[in-house]
Amino acid sequence: MNLTLKIWRQKGPQDKGQMVDYKVTDISEHMSFLEMMDVLNEQLINSGDEPVAFDHDCREGICGMCSMYINGEAHGPDRGVTTCQLHMRMFKDGDTITIEPFRAAAFPVIKDLVVDRMAFERIQQAGGYISINTSGNTQDGNAIPISKHAADEAMDAATCIGCGACVASCKNSSAMLFVGAKVSQYALLPQGQVEAADRVKNMVAQMDLEGFGNCTNTGACEIECPKGISLENIARMNREFLKANVKG
Amino acid sequence: MMALSAFFLMFFLLQHFAINILSVFSPNVFNEVSYFMGTNPLIQYVMQPVLLFGIVYHFVMGFILELKNRKAQTVKYAKNNGAANSTWVSRNMIYTGLFILLFMVFHFNDFWVPEIVDKFIEGNSQVGKDYHHHVVTMFENPVRIGVYVLAFVFLALHLLHGFNSAFQSVGANNKYTKGLKGFGKAYALLIPLGFIFIALFHHFNH
Ligand code: HEM
Ligand code: SF4
Ligand code: FES
Repeated sequence: MNLTLKIWRQKGPQDKGQMVDYKVTDISEHMSFLEMMDVLNEQLINSGDEPVAFDHDCREGICGMCSMYINGEAHGPDRGVTTCQLHMRMFKDGDTITIEPFRAAAFPVIKDLVVDRMAFERIQQAGGYISINTSGNTQDGNAIPISKHAADEAMDAATCIGCGACVASCKNSSAMLFVGAKVSQYALLPQGQVEAADRVKNMVAQMDLEGFGNCTNTGACEIECPKGISLENIARMNREFLKANVKG
Repeated sequence: MMALSAFFLMFFLLQHFAINILSVFSPNVFNEVSYFMGTNPLIQYVMQPVLLFGIVYHFVMGFILELKNRKAQTVKYAKNNGAANSTWVSRNMIYTGLFILLFMVFHFNDFWVPEIVDKFIEGNSQVGKDYHHHVVTMFENPVRIGVYVLAFVFLALHLLHGFNSAFQSVGANNKYTKGLKGFGKAYALLIPLGFIFIALFHHFNH
């Protein structure tokens, strides 16, 4: 199929940037979206132009790097997939596709479609861990009884790949689905209890410091999240946050 | 905090509705209850300031929240398909809220200001006052009816998102959430519809 692409080009963090139109031809419907981008870049390189910079790594939906805002939605129109898992069969011959970087004040553009998501890293460092003794006589995790229900919910929360689609989709650029998932995955398990109060307080404080907005429960993040992280995780974080602050 | 003040406002709304609906059934009972509400010191000097504070707090915090959230996204998307993942009411709380605020200025001017002037500035006795008559005369004007009906439509839109949003904000998302969603929808539609009914009733039935 033949497509028209409208892509955000920006030389560097300080550049103003603009949308530029490109044409690609003979795209197979079996290609992934990133393979289509590879075709475009090859074309650009052959004609001596600067290729479009975009993030990617695993190309199988587990690393969370491939941030693209496609036709007004994070990771494009399909549900439960990342951009690298998005098939070109979702589009029709002759379509015009708009491709932009994830937009949020806390995710500054580095170049073209590449944004800096270190803010997520700093939120993780603020509390997304448990402290354990690594002296060699660490307790076996399987020896601690955990209900099936809690284990399942914690596993679901832990499937968050930190891609940032939730922030990109949110009209407030709120990171609460991501932080909710990271808080929940520990809050649900006995190992996470000891540091639970400090964790939620520190992670929320870092989240605010990074300049993410506040959740107004529009639910856009849950719909666009490639891993199906549920809004229940935001409620759990709110609950943990209230609990931690009431206790002082 | 937004949610706590909102809970309070929703409770107040229910109470306000209960009294207003009396005006449909019985002018006398409505007058008696209004007299009680207008003269009881607990209501006048404790609940009234608390309510005023609740309203002001809610919209001031609403504005601050909106400003902060706008600051969190400085560059807008060239193409954004909001309808694909969220409802219109959830994205436009600030506008439905603003309309309610405008309406409240109008509404206070209709009922609250005359009442306060009569009571505290002119110092008139409130005994035997015909509140019902005041309501009926107010609602003779078709423009006023139009504004009231429109305001209640906006209120319904605001609550359609707000009711359940408030529960999510205080961390309540559990096995009752599904049932509560239905109840929230019913509340958000029935209460404003009820208010509309009262306004129209007095307009066509005097
Ligand atoms: C005075 C005019 C008002 C303004 C300017 C206003 C504005 C707002 C704003 C900006 C929000 C939060 C933003 C969002 O969720 O996107 C909100 C939430 C809410 N409002 Fe209002 N509002 C007003 C009146 C009312 C009234 C009279 C009620 C109920 C009787 C009400 C009930 C709610 C509820 C339940 C929420 C949800 C709280 C949450 O999600 O935590 N509002 N309002
Ligand atoms: S919650 Fe979902 S959308 Fe947000 S970072 Fe995690 S995987 Fe991505
Ligand atoms: S490239 Fe790893 S998730 Fe898409």
